[in-house]
Amino acid sequence: MKPAPFEYVAPHSVEEALAALQQSIPDARILAGGQSLMPLLNLRLTKPKILIDLNGISGLEGIRETAEGLSIGAMTRQRRVERDSVRERCPILAEAIRHIGHVAIRHRGTIGGSLVHADPAAELPAVALALDAKFEVARDGIDRTIPAEEFFIDYLTTALAPDEILREIVFPIVRPSSGYALEEVTRRHGDFAIAGVVAIVELDDAGKIVDARLALFGVAPTAVRARKAERALIGREPNADAMLDAAALVEDFLDPPGDIHASSAYRKHVAAVLTARVLKRAVQVCRDRRL
Amino acid sequence: MSSKRTIEITVNEKRYEGLVEPRLSLADFLRDQLGLTGTHLGCEQGVCGSCTILFNGETVRSCLLLAVQANGATILTVEGLAAKAKNGDPLHPIQQGFLEKLGFQCGFCTPGFLMTLYEFLNENPSPSEDEIRERLSGNLCRCTGYQNIVAAVLWAAERLGQSRIDNGNYFAP
Repeated sequence: MKPAPFEYVAPHSVEEALAALQQSIPDARILAGGQSLMPLLNLRLTKPKILIDLNGISGLEGIRETAEGLSIGAMTRQRRVERDSVRERCPILAEAIRHIGHVAIRHRGTIGGSLVHADPAAELPAVALALDAKFEVARDGIDRTIPAEEFFIDYLTTALAPDEILREIVFPIVRPSSGYALEEVTRRHGDFAIAGVVAIVELDDAGKIVDARLALFGVAPTAVRARKAERALIGREPNADAMLDAAALVEDFLDPPGDIHASSAYRKHVAAVLTARVLKRAVQVCRDRRL
Repeated sequence: MSSKRTIEITVNEKRYEGLVEPRLSLADFLRDQLGLTGTHLGCEQGVCGSCTILFNGETVRSCLLLAVQANGATILTVEGLAAKAKNGDPLHPIQQGFLEKLGFQCGFCTPGFLMTLYEFLNENPSPSEDEIRERLSGNLCRCTGYQNIVAAVLWAAERLGQSRIDNGNYFAP
């Protein structure tokens, strides 16, 4: 047995989970799909006294279409979203999920678990940022909504309070006049990204860029939006010059950490190259969708 | 110390009961309490894929599940694979493929590969080499260089396709 001993609580409702959490702060950890937390437990990098397992709460699982977009329960498995008709309604989400780990990981791994874990090299936080997703959070008696922009605070740190549980995430639908793409560089398929970029681009009838979003991952303590580069794209023809300008602004603004996998300079370079590449693909998708 | 719990699970069509500490992984339970040592533990952090099993019909890393979470679950491990062979064959076509094409050397990673492929060939009976390599990216082998594993999968896919028995029977739950 590798983890340190813990008490195990398996609530059947969000209310039961919140009550268990209230009683055990700060000694409890929430267990979602376990694809990040279980390795941390096995390595004893975290030693909670109480583990609250959300896997028995059926109300946290499911995909609903609402006026605002796709509402996805926090405990919905990544593989389910990948195979659902979400592919048509929110294709960038399905595309991003295919880059997460491997099939066996995605069978257990959840949408909410990945977002709350907030690994800076993970794909879903960048998708949530690019789409301006909303995080519906439950606390004893009071629910609140946290916009994606305010959710990711720092390395593995979110705006979620110790007594809160993520209930669902609302991903706005990508408008039909928009194109989207995700590009990342990894050593092997399924590895965490050395650098990655999510792009969403909208063109007007004249073919000019009216909206551009760039969310980068693997290059800062959290996923980040490249706002300056986004603004510089508005009103421009989606040509190579515009994309290289955006890439240069991204390179300018980043100061990524260096580690065993890649130096800071290399990450920066890769992020810029991927920015130009992902924009080109997003524009192509946009044109294909308008045909 | 955390209190032990009773669990009931079905592994390879046989029912088992166990008394487990919450921190016991499903992989350790299968190996140490049930004696099913075919499921191998490499990294115990979800990277190597050696401990892959079918959990309620889906591949999972058994090192990343707790035994308590498997209460009521139906599990298939490598020990249950040969029983799914047809025509009186001693091995499932996927296993036979590894034998024919020398898809293993030390054999440590093989159970994880077999279980991953069992799910894969059920979903995709005639995969391309690229599709095979992508699906196997979650399983690490330090001996073969993967060439012979890919050849084994192609062999198995062809054998399954040739079989006069409906393919689905090889993967019946």
